[in-house]
Amino acid sequence: MPRPDITVRGGRLIDPCNHIDAVLDLHIADGRVLAVGDAPDGFQADIELDARGLNVIPGLIDMHARLREPGQEFKATIDSECRAAAAGGITTLCCTPDTNPVIDTPAVVELIHHRAQQTGAARVVVVGALTRGLQGEHLSEMAALQQAGCVGVSNGLQALVSTRIERRAFEYAATFDLTVFLHAADAALSANGCMHEGHLSTRLGLPGIPEAAETVAVARDLALIQQTGVRAHFCRLTTRRAVRMVARARFDDIPVSADVAIPNLYLSELDTIDFGADYHFIPPLRTQEDRDGLREGLSSGTLTALCSDHQPHEADAKLAPFPATEPGASGLDTLLSLTLKLAQENYLLLPDAIARVTCGPAQVLNVPYGELGIGRAADVCIFDPAATWQLDTASMHSMGKNTPFLGWEMPGRVRYTLRDGQIIFNRDDL
Amino acid sequence: MKAGNLQIRPDGRLRHFLSTEGLTRELLTEILDSAESFAGVTEQSVKKVPLLRGKTIVNLFFEASTRTRTTFELAAKRLSADVLNINVNASATTKGETLLDTLRNLQAMHIDMFVVRHADSGTAHFIARHVQPHVSVINAGDGRHAHPTQAMLDMFTIRREKGADFGRLTVAIVGDMAHSRVARSQIHALNLLNTGDVRIVAPRTLIPAHVESLGVRVFHDLREGLRDADVVIMLRLQRERMLGALLPSEHEYYRLYGLTEEKLSIAKPDVTVMHPGPINRGVEMDSQVADGPQSVILQQVTYGIAVRMAVMSMAMQQNTTQEANAQT
Amino acid sequence: MSQQHDINALIEQMAAKLQHKLDIDEHTAMVGIHTGGVWIAEALHRRLGIQAPLGTLDISFYRDDFTRIGLNPQVKPSQLPFTLDDRHIILVDDVLHTGRTIRAAMNELFDYGRPASIVLATLVERSGRELPIEAGVVGLTMELGPGEHVKLCGPDPLTLEINTAS
Repeated sequence: MPRPDITVRGGRLIDPCNHIDAVLDLHIADGRVLAVGDAPDGFQADIELDARGLNVIPGLIDMHARLREPGQEFKATIDSECRAAAAGGITTLCCTPDTNPVIDTPAVVELIHHRAQQTGAARVVVVGALTRGLQGEHLSEMAALQQAGCVGVSNGLQALVSTRIERRAFEYAATFDLTVFLHAADAALSANGCMHEGHLSTRLGLPGIPEAAETVAVARDLALIQQTGVRAHFCRLTTRRAVRMVARARFDDIPVSADVAIPNLYLSELDTIDFGADYHFIPPLRTQEDRDGLREGLSSGTLTALCSDHQPHEADAKLAPFPATEPGASGLDTLLSLTLKLAQENYLLLPDAIARVTCGPAQVLNVPYGELGIGRAADVCIFDPAATWQLDTASMHSMGKNTPFLGWEMPGRVRYTLRDGQIIFNRDDL
Repeated sequence: MKAGNLQIRPDGRLRHFLSTEGLTRELLTEILDSAESFAGVTEQSVKKVPLLRGKTIVNLFFEASTRTRTTFELAAKRLSADVLNINVNASATTKGETLLDTLRNLQAMHIDMFVVRHADSGTAHFIARHVQPHVSVINAGDGRHAHPTQAMLDMFTIRREKGADFGRLTVAIVGDMAHSRVARSQIHALNLLNTGDVRIVAPRTLIPAHVESLGVRVFHDLREGLRDADVVIMLRLQRERMLGALLPSEHEYYRLYGLTEEKLSIAKPDVTVMHPGPINRGVEMDSQVADGPQSVILQQVTYGIAVRMAVMSMAMQQNTTQEANAQT
Repeated sequence: MSQQHDINALIEQMAAKLQHKLDIDEHTAMVGIHTGGVWIAEALHRRLGIQAPLGTLDISFYRDDFTRIGLNPQVKPSQLPFTLDDRHIILVDDVLHTGRTIRAAMNELFDYGRPASIVLATLVERSGRELPIEAGVVGLTMELGPGEHVKLCGPDPLTLEINTAS
């Protein structure tokens, strides 16, 4: 498909990476950013998008999304979720290796890339498996996964039981300068747990996951990161203490970064009070103090990225007694609005909030997106900052309608999404 | 909808009985008063009344329990209801038919009440949220969460033994609180009835996080916990938990937390000893105590039927909107 | 409003009628219905010199409007300290109105056995029957409108109260 030359006219351009926040035109040619501000001499746009009154920001990068394909296409597909992402202003999705089959061979990576390209919507970057089948016993063929395009390796939610295997896996990943994505949860301490261990788990009689499940794992991982020199990223921290540990490690120049999932910034264990399955998360919602600690970590820059932790489910997955339900929420539809809400509620400045879903994740994933510098891929999200809307399942684009935010008032509405200079979402087309 | 509201009709009457938490003292007292009436029935030569004639009650048990199921069955039969016992092997529902499928199938047979036991906390609430408007749900034990009819029969036993003024009572609950749905329901009920001092006595491994927030005082020394107690409730220790890292051995548990006549002498002279059964003799308590004059363990079983009759009949009230004329 | 009826005189008349109507012997037993019926029955039982101890019924568990109005939590257990089989039962209540209470009482009696006969004795027989039930012995007959209620207050002294629902 030939790429049109586009001018985005008259919008407030916010590009945190390049420290731009001003009303400026954006000119796009051949899928890339050609100029910001005045058009180069002789540039003639094929399409002009009127962005007056709108905000123009880099396309969002969702650090952590489950696309369910291959293996669980009854929950969602690459096609459905890449389109939902585009409707949510997201241009890059990072998918986790816990598909079925597991992403531990180049063939699965290629399949996912291929399917994503076919959608013509958001692009997908892939995190491969750290160990074969995520079993925690044999190292995966990380070099081959890297060659196939994986941006890093991870063991998903499967905590490594053996510190010896963990050490070797870190060393091997470090050999190829691969980033390791870690889910910090001690296997034995989190076993069978389905919510934060605290006064509410005691009241509800639900098996709890203690705070120490996370802090023990972070401490152990940090020691091995230091030992091996691998570059590592903690996914979806949930506790204030773990954020402090990561802050300390970063201060000590240990090569780590960390992100947080949106639900943990708005919800807490208290929301589980009447066994609502939409509040079942792994890692769990923690205390209100933890929620505040995560917000502080986000504003201080310890947490450089914000993810939706998108986990689309079919309706049945949530229609069971709480412990028997599947954890997680569908998040692509709300990532932008709930990020903007953080700025609206003064936890972050708007450019900082946008950075956490654009250049922040780009840096962690080491991908050349999330900014609008000259010559960069023209991934753009154009949204109406004054529009508010209410979340209901009918308006969700993801196949998964499971969300704890139903009925919430959402700020900001996407008008256009561009990926590589292609308009992949236009609200007028709905 | 919050957990408490689910159980109560707009006019304040009982709709479901899922947990003692979130109810009112008036409702608990009404259950106890009604149970007193039904206790009279169960002591007569004809132990049956026609209150729930024509109603169908399903005992839906996903967890094996002969004792609890039997008392619910007997209670339902003494109210003249038709009773269906369904024991579902939990593993059979993990594939294919969901719990909701099972429920809908039974509802299609025009059921009026479900009595539910399940290993997952929150199951009774889940079912209550999904039943038809005329169907009531009674929780017969869900995971570690609640076992409200057992707690109410314990309250009934205490009231019969000690009178209606719970304010002057000291009640010590001894044992595995961490895994006990009975203890959780007892604590909520005792606090709703304004019990003066509710204590829990166990080692740290058997006490869940922030248990004080439920309104109990924690003791690790049995002798201290028993001091001046009016009522001692011993919890059942699941022997399989011994194999875990919760307790080193039965022997040590018995030595520290087993109830003997000698330790019981620290409590008030007229102390009442209770146990939800079945007892591990020589682990939780000595036979001398279990069979001794202070023990009301068998009365608890008897009262269990009257209390369940009370709860079932209360939950079935106003399930029909048919106009009936006042009687004289 | 209280009406001046000599309740004791009415009970005296009822006793006489019962004696006239029935052969009271060792097969006769008397059952009063809670609460007012028991007061009347106690007086009749004494006067008639019935050998079998007085039985009492609380028909709360047998009411047909249970699901609508619920249960009075303090139901007194029924006490029938004799076998019912082949007995001649004198069933005593204070007011006969719709007949539903008597229906419930008879259901309960039959749960305990098969009496040879049942005679209903009631202090007041008022209008408003909804079931084909009639009293064998009556102290006083009253014509009352649907909004009017008569109630026996007691136990000492026994008085009749007539209220008009506003």
